[in-house]
Formats: sequence, structure tokens, C-alpha cells
Amino acid sequence: MGRTVSLTIDDRTVTATAGERLLWVALDNGIYIPHLCAIKEADPAASCRLCFVEVEGCPRPVTACTEPVRDGMVVRTRSPQIDRLVATGFELLMSVHRLDCAHCPKNRRCELQKIAARRKLKLRPGRLAVIDRNLPVDESHPLYNYDPNKCVLCGRCVWVCRQLARAGVLGFAWRGFERRVTTFEGRPLGEWDCSACGLCVEACPVGALALKEAAR
Amino acid sequence: MSVAQKYGALAAGAGKRWEERAQKPLLLVGTATCGRAAGALEILRCLKEEVGRRGLEAEVIEVGCMGHCYAEPLVVVAKPGWPAICYGYVTDGIAARLVEDFLLNDDPCLEFVLAALEPNDLVPSFADFPRSRYEHKMVLGRCGLIDPEDITHYIATGGYAALARVLEMAPEEVIALIKASGLRGRGGAGFPTGLKWEACRSAPGNPKYVICNADEGDPGAFMDRTILESNPHGVLEGLIIAAYAVGASQGYVYVRAEYPLAVERVRTALEQAREQGLLGSDVLGSGFSFDVELFQGSGAFVCGEETALIASMEGKPGLPRHRPPFPVHAGLHEKPTVVNNVKTLAYVPLILEKGPEWFTGVGTSRSPGTAVFALAGKIVNTGLAEVPMGTTLRQLVYDVGSGIPKGRKFKAVQIGGPSGGCLPAELLDMPVDFDSLTVAGAMMGSGGMVILDEDDCMVEMARFFLDFTQKESCGKCTFCRLGTRHMLDILTRITKGQGRPEDLDLLQALAEDVKAGSLCGLGKTAPNPVLSTLRYFRDEYEAHIKERRCPALMCQDLIAYYIVPERCERSCNACMGSCPVEAIYTTPDMLKAIDQEKCVKCGSCVDACPPQYRAVIKVSPPEVVADKAEG
Ligand SMILES: Cc1cc2nc3c(=O)[nH]c(=O)nc-3n(C[C@H](O)[C@H](O)[C@H](O)COP(=O)(O)O)c2cc1C
Ligand code: FES
Repeated sequence: MGRTVSLTIDDRTVTATAGERLLWVALDNGIYIPHLCAIKEADPAASCRLCFVEVEGCPRPVTACTEPVRDGMVVRTRSPQIDRLVATGFELLMSVHRLDCAHCPKNRRCELQKIAARRKLKLRPGRLAVIDRNLPVDESHPLYNYDPNKCVLCGRCVWVCRQLARAGVLGFAWRGFERRVTTFEGRPLGEWDCSACGLCVEACPVGALALKEAAR
Repeated sequence: MSVAQKYGALAAGAGKRWEERAQKPLLLVGTATCGRAAGALEILRCLKEEVGRRGLEAEVIEVGCMGHCYAEPLVVVAKPGWPAICYGYVTDGIAARLVEDFLLNDDPCLEFVLAALEPNDLVPSFADFPRSRYEHKMVLGRCGLIDPEDITHYIATGGYAALARVLEMAPEEVIALIKASGLRGRGGAGFPTGLKWEACRSAPGNPKYVICNADEGDPGAFMDRTILESNPHGVLEGLIIAAYAVGASQGYVYVRAEYPLAVERVRTALEQAREQGLLGSDVLGSGFSFDVELFQGSGAFVCGEETALIASMEGKPGLPRHRPPFPVHAGLHEKPTVVNNVKTLAYVPLILEKGPEWFTGVGTSRSPGTAVFALAGKIVNTGLAEVPMGTTLRQLVYDVGSGIPKGRKFKAVQIGGPSGGCLPAELLDMPVDFDSLTVAGAMMGSGGMVILDEDDCMVEMARFFLDFTQKESCGKCTFCRLGTRHMLDILTRITKGQGRPEDLDLLQALAEDVKAGSLCGLGKTAPNPVLSTLRYFRDEYEAHIKERRCPALMCQDLIAYYIVPERCERSCNACMGSCPVEAIYTTPDMLKAIDQEKCVKCGSCVDACPPQYRAVIKVSPPEVVADKAEG
């Protein structure tokens, strides 16, 4: 660790510290890779599956958030195969994301909009049916609302609530398609003695956790 | 005392007990789960009662499963002076007669014999079965022949000798022998066991752990359960050897709680091994200390995946994580950990006892040894079969499994569990090993093998298996959580006759992307049933979509029941009486017909129609009925 390495990303040579994760090295050098779940300080969850890149010598696409940089590494962030995977992953997420940009507090600052713009992808799924999970929106908290129908399950709010706020109010529950971010026993957020630090709202890349209009 | 002397004393004691026992008639009852399901506990009770009532000097012993599950309950009678004979489909009455006629009166009840265990002059033996030409028992060797709850049986038949020898070798030597044997992990992926051990041994970190993966979540797979229920010490010995080789001081057996009998028998085995000094501090006086704990999993399929398994043992949600780091570098509590499957570990003592050449002498060069399959579905001999790697599917289905029942035609074999693939008749002559299966679009997986015949719809099969993996997806990663759901929705639509022409390309594309994009092995393999059926049975998909026709007449929404007028016996009312919704009526010319509006497609009338008429048939698409009425 601590050794400086040099690598090529999309024909650009960049330097980094050995062991750093490729995603952050790319982003720090202004090279965009779509990502939702990655947190720089945390072990990678590698769950959103949007940060795929090609690394020379690897037979299959790899996730940039888990890949440590090595000296002489040659990386491509775009290729037909990568673009196809990212497009499908994005379309899958959008097929269960309640689209209402015009009324969404995150409009224009939404990570999904950013990915769509950068990768020239449609927000509305083209091939896949839209599945509205129709989960109840939690408006019980004085400061913010939580709309699970917009949640992309990146887990960033869960991490900050535990590791930074040390509150542990938010967590994952259920399995499979039913997996969701919720509280213990699914009790309304307003019932929790949370310090209203707002870190979760800040961490949310989409409009699932958003300040109430009055608090904005 | 040296290790060898200590073991020698154990073996002598066990041998003596074994000899004493062999003086008396023995009645072995297979009481593994398969036997119990067929009523073995009742047979056990009955035999004990008969023997007790007559004050006989015979012993009734519970054993595990020999693999002939189709003929359960099984009883083996070993009477001094006679060959040991196995009886199948045993009832109370047969059990009583075995005691009365055979034990008391020297009449071996030949009419109930399945086979003798060894060739002899009196009755045919298992060696005379056509399947024995193909079977080759390694890990199933002792199963069904020894008492899994009595460690002396295992020791008396040579058990723990390999451990005694290993304890006097350098760990590196042990690893070298396992590497030389070419043993590949039987948990599904076929990773070389020697390499895994070597990586763990050389990984920095202390303590190290070894875990036996007995989660076995594949529906239809029951080989790990059978081995633990039939010969738990064989697995335990393998685990102790693994621990010695990698330098671990603590081991775990991770068994799903839905396997209560396996849990019980492993627990007993652990206690007995401890009592004999085979576990605990200073194993057999070697200075090596190691103990094993039992961990009961709560039955999530994904918890069989090694990183999810470890997370669940640490008290965290059972979700897989990105690898690397691999468990051999950072496993349980971030320490170097070997996770091995039950069967992998069961091979270990045998390889060390008989030498790597013994192992490489069987199977193929890249997949040495044997494969254990659980035969299920449309096959005569359901049960376990252990055959050399490289045996063809045809040999497995027709020679070992005795083919398809009721004279039906073979259609496909779903191999490798719910995330394996469906292989068609054209591939029957393919030799089965880790690599050939992957090339064909299936996988070895756990070794589950479901045989399908012409009455099975391949679209429905794909839907059925995907329904399982979709429900078992942990939901952590995008591709598996959502991709399997969309694929399932499309498949469900097709089986209901609502498929669209573009569905097939979308299904193919989604399946490929879920395979490439998923985080763990569950998502990476879940599309296999879809991809393989699209590859080999595309015509069936097209029939569903383009003609709303299910060629196998299986998809409820695409079939109708129809009474063939020419075959209907006018005066018989059997079908009418069987119909729960009164959908069958009598036509003016006194024939029976079905009101399609009322029919709920339960199929009762098909069963009710006397076999000499067989007038009720299924047709697809349903509109065929109307055509027939007009035409
Ligand atoms: C979804 C999933 C389920 C699995 N289930 C099992 C299982 O039930 N038993 C098992 O031994 N391995 C299972 N595995 C494989 C394990 O991750 C691991 O590779 C194996 O236990 C290693 O043992 P081996 O080297 O002896 O094969 C599973 C893998 C996946 C992806
Ligand atoms: S950022 Fe890499 S998988 Fe989410």
C-alpha cells in the first residue's frame, strides 16, 4: 500500500495509490462511471451493478467499485458489452422506480437522470414492463418523507444511519423482489427517536428520501 | 503412546465388538429420511417386537441409505452361515416373516428378496443388476451397511485410519496428496480442493477455520443429507484432515435445520468422536487440537453460497458478498477459512487411505473420481447413484435408472439443480463431467437430476425452476432481484398463451445479462434453465406463442379436455360422476361431452374413464375442441 501506480483508463494515463478502488480513481480523474451503491469509506456492497468496466486480461466485465487498481492496468469504461450490461441494469432499476420527475424533489439532481444523460439511456423502460410496487409512502417524520417506490436499494442511507449517525434506524428487510429499506418492524419513521441529522436524505442518490417541502 | 498405537488400540476394540456382533444374526433397517418416508420406523418397531417376543439372540440395527430409495423400506438380514440378503418394499407382514421364516426356520423368503449384498450361490446379488456395471461406490461405500450412530462400526471398517496416518505426516504432504488426486469440489463449481487448502494454509491470519457445507438447498437433491445420515464419520474424518492440512483449530458443520435427522446423527458423531479422542485437544496424542461445532442453517438456498453461509454464521443476514477476498483469505470472522462440500470431504479419507492413483484411476482426466446423482422425476429407479465421472447420460438414465416409466418417451434431463440446464435426447451420449456439462449449458451443481418425459412442457419447466430461484434470490443485487422477476413474468405469460413474438429475444437477452451481471452464483446460474430450453427446445416456445399450443399438453391455460365420440361408451357414466363441477353432460345421441365454460381442467374425468375406452383426451390449443365439434 502507499505505492504509486500508473494505469490507463479509456486511453488516458492516470496515477493512483496501489489498492485504491478503480471507481474512485476514475471519478477523481474526471472519468465518469455510472454508480449508485458505492461509498468511498465502506467495503463495496457491489449491489447496484452499474459500474461495470472492461479490464484487459479479464475475460468478463468487472465492477469498478470492487476492483483494486494495479500498475499497468488497462481499463475501458465503454464497449458494446459494457454498454449493454449497464443499459439492462439501468432499465431493470427503472422498471420498479416510480417515475414522476416533474414533481420529484430530486429533479435535476437525481443520479438516475445523470446516468441516463451520460449514457444516453431512456428513463422509461423500453423493453421491460413497469412494475409499480405500490408501497405506502412514509410521511410521518417531521423533516423528510420516504417513498420506497422510488428506492433503488443502493443502501447508502442505511450505511450513513449506522456508521456516521450511529442511529441504526434504517435497515434492509425482506428478501428477493420484496427487499426494501425500512425500520425495525416497519414502524413509521416519525416514531423513531432519530436526531433528524439528515444524513440519509443527503446520501440518497434518488428521490426516495427527501426533505419535506417546508424544510427545503 | 504414538498416534499409530493409540489408533491401533481404538481399532482393536472396535474390531472386537464388530466380530462379536457378527456371531449373531443382524437385521439392518435403512432409517435414513428416504426409508422413514416409506415407513421404515414402523418396520424397525415391528422387527424389534418380533425378535423380542421370541427372545431371539438377534440384533436390530438402524443404518442409512444404500441408494435404492425406490424400494424402501429396505431390510438387510445378515445371518451367520448365510449371505447377507437385502429385502425391498418391506411391510409389517414381510418383516414378521423374515423373523419367523428366516431367522427361526432357515427359509430366506426368496419371494421378497431384492438382492444379496455380495455374489453367492443362493440368490442374485446387486452385482447382477445391470446398473452395477456402471455404479462405482466411493463416498456411498459404507452407506446403508454401518450404523451411523455407532462409531465402532466406522472404525471397524477401517474408519479414521487415514486420519491416524495423516497426523504423522507434514500438512504439506497431505495437501500434495490431495493435489495429486485432482479432487475437485463437489459443491458445484468443481474448484480443485488441494489448491484451496494450500491457499488457506499459506494465508496469513489466525485462527483458521474449516467449514463443511451441508446446506444442500437444491430441490430434488438429497445426496449430502443421505451421506450425513448414513455415514457422518466419513465426512467428519475428512473435515479433521482438512483442518490438519490447513492448520485450523476450529471447524463447523453447517447443516440446514430442515434436516433434523442429519443434525441428530452429526451431533452424535461429534460426541462419539470426542469420547474416542478423535476430536478435542491433542487428537490421538498427536499434539494437534481441533474441535467441531454444529451450526444449523435456516434453510435459505442462497446460504449455501459460501460468503452468504459465512455471513449467516456471523449472525448477519445471509447475503453473498463480492469475491475477492475469497474465504480462504478472509472468511469466517475475516480469518482464512476453507469451505468444502459434504461429498468433497467424504472423498478425502478414502483418497488418503488408498492413494491418489486409486482416485485418478476412476473418472476422466480433468474430473477424476465419481459423481453422485440424485435421480428423480420420470425415472423407474429414483434414488442415489454413484458413477464414475464420464459416464454418459444414457447410461445414467437407462442402465442405472432403468429408463422412463409407463413406456413414455425421454425428453430431457434437468441436471445441476434449479440453476442447471435442460439437456435434450441428442446429448444423451455425452459423458458427464464438470466441463462437458458447462459447455452444454448445464452444470454439475449439486448433482440433482430430474428426468423429463414427453408429458413435460419445457417452457413450464423453465418457469418452474425460475420461480424457485426468483423466490430464493436474496434481493441484494439488481440483476438477480429484478432480472429473474422479469424473466419469470415473461415465462408465466407464455405458459398462459399471452406470449408475444418479441418475448423470445427479450428473454434471451435478459438471461444473458443476468448471467453476466449478477453478484453471486445464484444469479449467474439462475438463467440456465431458460437459456438451455431456448437453445434446445425453441420450437416449444414458438408453439406456445404463435399457436397458443402446448405440445406437451401440460400448460393448463392452453389445453382443453375433450371426449372422443367414437371412443365413448354411451351408457357409462363414469366421467360424469367424477366431475366436481358438473361440466359433463349427455348429448342427444347419448354421448358424453364437456361444457368448456364450466370445465376447471382438473383431469378427474381422464382418470375416471375406464381404461378400455380412454375416451377423454387433452387437446391444445383449446380451440381444437370447437373445430372438432364443427368438423
Ligand atoms: C446459490 C448457491 C448455492 C449453493 N449451495 C451450496 C450447497 O448447498 N452446498 C455446497 O456444498 N455448496 C453450495 N454452493 C457452492 C459454495 O459456494 C461453495 O463453492 C462450496 O461449498 C465449496 O465447496 P467445494 O469446494 O467442496 O465444492 C452454492 C453456491 C451458490 C452460488
Ligand atoms: S457502484 Fe459498483 S456495483 Fe454499485
